[in-house]
Amino acid sequence: MMLALIPLLPLLAALFAGFFGRRVPRCWSHWVCCAAVGISFLLSANVLYEVATLWPSTGIQSNSVTLYTWLDLGSTKLTVGFLIDPLSALMMVVVTLVSFLVHVYTIGYMKDDPGYARFFAYIAFFTFSMLMLVMSNNFLQMFFGWEGVGLASYLLIGFWYTRPSATKAGMKAFLMNRVGDFGFIIGIGLLFAALGTLDFKEIFGRVDELRGLNVSLWPGVEWSLLTVACIGLFIGAMGKSAQVPLHSWLPDSMEGPTPISALIHAATMVTAGIFMVARMSPVFEGSDTALSFIIIIGATTAITMALLGLVQNDIKRVIAYSTLSQLGYMTVALGASAYSAAIFHLMTHAFFKALLFLAAGSVIIALHHEQDMRKMGGLRKRMPITYVTAVIGAWALAGLPPFAGFFSKEPIIEAAHSATVTGHTYAYWALMLGVFLTACYTFRMIFMTFHGASRYGESKSDAKRGAHKKAHGVTHEAHHDVHESPKVVTIPLIVLAICSVFAGIFCVEPVLIGDYFGAAIHGNYVAHPAMAELHAEWHGILDYFLNALLSAPLWLALAGIATAWYFTLSSPKSADRLARSLGGVYNALKNNYYVDAFYERVFVRGARSLASVFMQGGEQFLTEGVLVQSTSQLVRWGAQGLRYLQTGYLYHYAFAMALGLLVLMTWWGIL
Amino acid sequence: MNGEMNNMPPVLSILIWLPIIAGILVLALRHVGHGRWSRWLANLAAWVAFIIAIFVLCRFQTGSGMMQFTERVMWIPHFSIEYALGIDGLSVLFIGMNALITLLVIAAQKSDSKSGYLSALLITSGLTYGAFSARDAVLFYVFFEAMLIPMYLAIGVFGGAQRRYATTKFFLYTLFGSLFMLLALFYLYSVSQTFSMEAWQHLPLSIYMQLILFGAFFIAFAVKTPMWPLHAWAPDAYVEAPTGAAVMLAATKIGAYGFLRLLLPIVPDAAHQLAPLMIALSLFAVIYFGIVALAQTDLKRLFAYSSVAHMGLVTLGFFLFNATAMKGAVLLMVSNGLAIAALFFVAESLKTRFGDCKLTDCGGIVKAMPWLATLLVFFAMANIGLPGTSGFVGEFLVIIGAVGHQSGYQLLVGLLAATVLIIGAAYTLWMVRRVVFGPITHPSVVALSDLGTRERLLLSVLAAVMLGFGLWPQALLGMADASVTQLLAHVALPKL
Repeated sequence: MMLALIPLLPLLAALFAGFFGRRVPRCWSHWVCCAAVGISFLLSANVLYEVATLWPSTGIQSNSVTLYTWLDLGSTKLTVGFLIDPLSALMMVVVTLVSFLVHVYTIGYMKDDPGYARFFAYIAFFTFSMLMLVMSNNFLQMFFGWEGVGLASYLLIGFWYTRPSATKAGMKAFLMNRVGDFGFIIGIGLLFAALGTLDFKEIFGRVDELRGLNVSLWPGVEWSLLTVACIGLFIGAMGKSAQVPLHSWLPDSMEGPTPISALIHAATMVTAGIFMVARMSPVFEGSDTALSFIIIIGATTAITMALLGLVQNDIKRVIAYSTLSQLGYMTVALGASAYSAAIFHLMTHAFFKALLFLAAGSVIIALHHEQDMRKMGGLRKRMPITYVTAVIGAWALAGLPPFAGFFSKEPIIEAAHSATVTGHTYAYWALMLGVFLTACYTFRMIFMTFHGASRYGESKSDAKRGAHKKAHGVTHEAHHDVHESPKVVTIPLIVLAICSVFAGIFCVEPVLIGDYFGAAIHGNYVAHPAMAELHAEWHGILDYFLNALLSAPLWLALAGIATAWYFTLSSPKSADRLARSLGGVYNALKNNYYVDAFYERVFVRGARSLASVFMQGGEQFLTEGVLVQSTSQLVRWGAQGLRYLQTGYLYHYAFAMALGLLVLMTWWGIL
Repeated sequence: MNGEMNNMPPVLSILIWLPIIAGILVLALRHVGHGRWSRWLANLAAWVAFIIAIFVLCRFQTGSGMMQFTERVMWIPHFSIEYALGIDGLSVLFIGMNALITLLVIAAQKSDSKSGYLSALLITSGLTYGAFSARDAVLFYVFFEAMLIPMYLAIGVFGGAQRRYATTKFFLYTLFGSLFMLLALFYLYSVSQTFSMEAWQHLPLSIYMQLILFGAFFIAFAVKTPMWPLHAWAPDAYVEAPTGAAVMLAATKIGAYGFLRLLLPIVPDAAHQLAPLMIALSLFAVIYFGIVALAQTDLKRLFAYSSVAHMGLVTLGFFLFNATAMKGAVLLMVSNGLAIAALFFVAESLKTRFGDCKLTDCGGIVKAMPWLATLLVFFAMANIGLPGTSGFVGEFLVIIGAVGHQSGYQLLVGLLAATVLIIGAAYTLWMVRRVVFGPITHPSVVALSDLGTRERLLLSVLAAVMLGFGLWPQALLGMADASVTQLLAHVALPKL
């Protein structure tokens, strides 16, 4: 079956690279993995082609296939199977395309790494898991992919396992995702409890049965089942898609090699949450409370994370915070019931974010694993392809016309404006301010990296990086001949740049405005009019351009670029002055609002203290001390007491016998 | 008895007595050829038993809740005690499990010099088959109790430094627990004039009597499972026992099986009445043992607490009286047995290399021992219920069942049960981070050799079974399904 091949090919490639990678020449690993993911991409593209062109004429809306029955519970069958519809077809193409380009790029990036084959095994497995997730037709399999990407990201973030910071970041990612899964499984459980099935189509068809049902926490405290289920599911999405307050694993995931940052941020991990909510749109539509919750969380993420992007000096961290902020945008779109806007932004974001990460990676290898932007600068001339593609990515990210981000971000802001759920005004203003901030931090990064005077090779004191460089067998003298990266690196950049340029202008009309998604995404357009308003306001591309010229976001973005230019190139000193005068605020931003410190202190140390309290108080004192030792002590005392009965004197026994006889006779007498 | 299906040779008897007789012979032959003969014999017996068990599993008729492979002979006619054997969906999985575990445990033994230990393992194995296939309460009790003796000796003679203390505690706890069960059995005989467990299922009992019997059975099985607060013997026994014995002790879920075979069907009304208490105890165990596991510095002890925490989820599944949760609990018993066996084997491999398995001493093993590290990560993931592995199936079903069970505390129970996702991941990943990754803490790590062929084969077999189970659990649930459904239907009917 062709459909099954799409996820299975990457899996087989992963198994090959994982088990035989060390025994065969290393080029085998990358050939097998790239070929497998490449074929997956072609097959997915074929699926998308069929879905987009052939289905509308024949009236097919979705195609649900069951592979096998995983578990038969009697009342229902839990299966493994695929649901192919416009939504999953689009996701499959995005996932496999970005993943394929990352695979190719990895050949160049990881060239000297001893764990070459292992890395390919992991990223191919990552792709497999994500495909299982997006293609699934039921919650069980989605959970399978959901946890699979969690495992893959855990292994990849901790890929350089000798670095304690890397293994810690991997563990943090897994644990935070598990907190999300905690909510996710509750959501799944509630839907299962109410409907007795995990199959998407069945759930969508019977969503009305959920209305009016309640779930009780304890007697007397009852909530709407639909709301609790939706919030539970969304908590799962918060973990995967790194929404505040479950966001802090994502910046730390930068500990992994750069290709996986591109993979995690663009295609295979953080998009899972957004996708899941869009997939479950018929369910989420039923609960305004949940939508409010979503829009508020999304807006908060969008604005707070954008602010953090301003103060980072690590090039990958800037992009990481921008991902967080953009995920906030998508989440707002979900909360505003503009699901197709969220998916559209997911798609364009996948292209330009992968592009930015890979461009950053290109810079990082050119500078021999230097990630500090203060030690970059002036790379424009030396790395022209990287520079041009990075600017395209930045332009698209900032939402400037005519690139992809422009077409996908504006509708989200519009949707937040015309949404009706509580919190939408807050979201609207947060996103507006976010546009300014996005442009500002993005171009700060571009200016610091590629413009101005070159600062690389100046400072050699960073001990950690120094040690790492030594591991790569590179000396500092090599800094002087910084040059453009090889073709396996630049070609993916160019392809992604082309996507970032054209994905918006060509796809906006069919995907966002047109009826591409059809029944795959279900919005209640009467109660939640955001999408309807977008449709109403759409008068063609040209009109859209002209409108944009007069609207605030464009000018905010331009102002952001100007600000970035002022603080980085025109007058760098004023940035330091500003930072100093803002003292406390600046430190809070530098330290991720002290969220990490808070988690470390409350949850990590709290759990450890609780553990030692339980261990000493519960296990050693209560169980071992009181229960075991005191019982044995009691027995000992008892035995000592009883010992006096066994005196060995005949008259004692005779007395006891007489007494016993007397008591017995009395007893019988009474009876 | 109606509807018994038996046109077979007495396979269950062979399964029971073959390892026991082999065990005695192993002991007798211990001086012949420096113990080589006895080791060969032990391996042979384990293989034969394994093949017979596979045969039983293949011939087992799924979709039927009836007793199969039945045998009955009057044993002590005066008290109508019968030698009655038979397996149904509740026990068949554990027959297979016991066969696999016995084979691995015996095959793992490298040295010829421990015939006594091999003999103890074989005898335990035979008695375990007996306990899982007994239909007569006295027979069950005899097997259940007799298992203590070889296990007591295995720990006491071949165990670690604290073995005397551990084995005494283990023996006294279990013996103490089963005394109450014995009283309950006598009472049930006095009202029914039979020791047939199936007959007792239909015995009308007043609620007060049921509550008393519940207490008696509960103490026996809660000690053996183990459940909080009667678990004090378990961590010590698991840690001090030689690995094979620890695996057999922890992986054969005879205690939890007792709940299914005796407690729930015989006193269902009391079980319903006390369910809130049992649910509370189980949830407490899940959270409490999970957090205690975080504080462990010894690898084996950490695994022990992890296993006990998962047993909390199993007992939770029993007392929710919900089909999903009950099926999940049965599958979780199997998967936890597999996981704990695998993890104890890994701990053993580390111990033979490091001398102990303190978490602080072994670190960064992935560099020197990629095979061991990979398998440990896999088993750790299976232990915390990663989908695709055996651990996921039961955990998922129990949590889903908890969220959907019928009571006013539906959501609360679900939320607390689901904490296992977070707590389990916390202690497991922290362990992996300290042992597998990170800086090398022990100077000798670099020089250590990776898994030998025997260890690699052994652990790979376990990994394959766990993966197969995780990808196609229907193969296992299909066998248990009918009996579990039947049990639930029976438990739902009041029998006052």
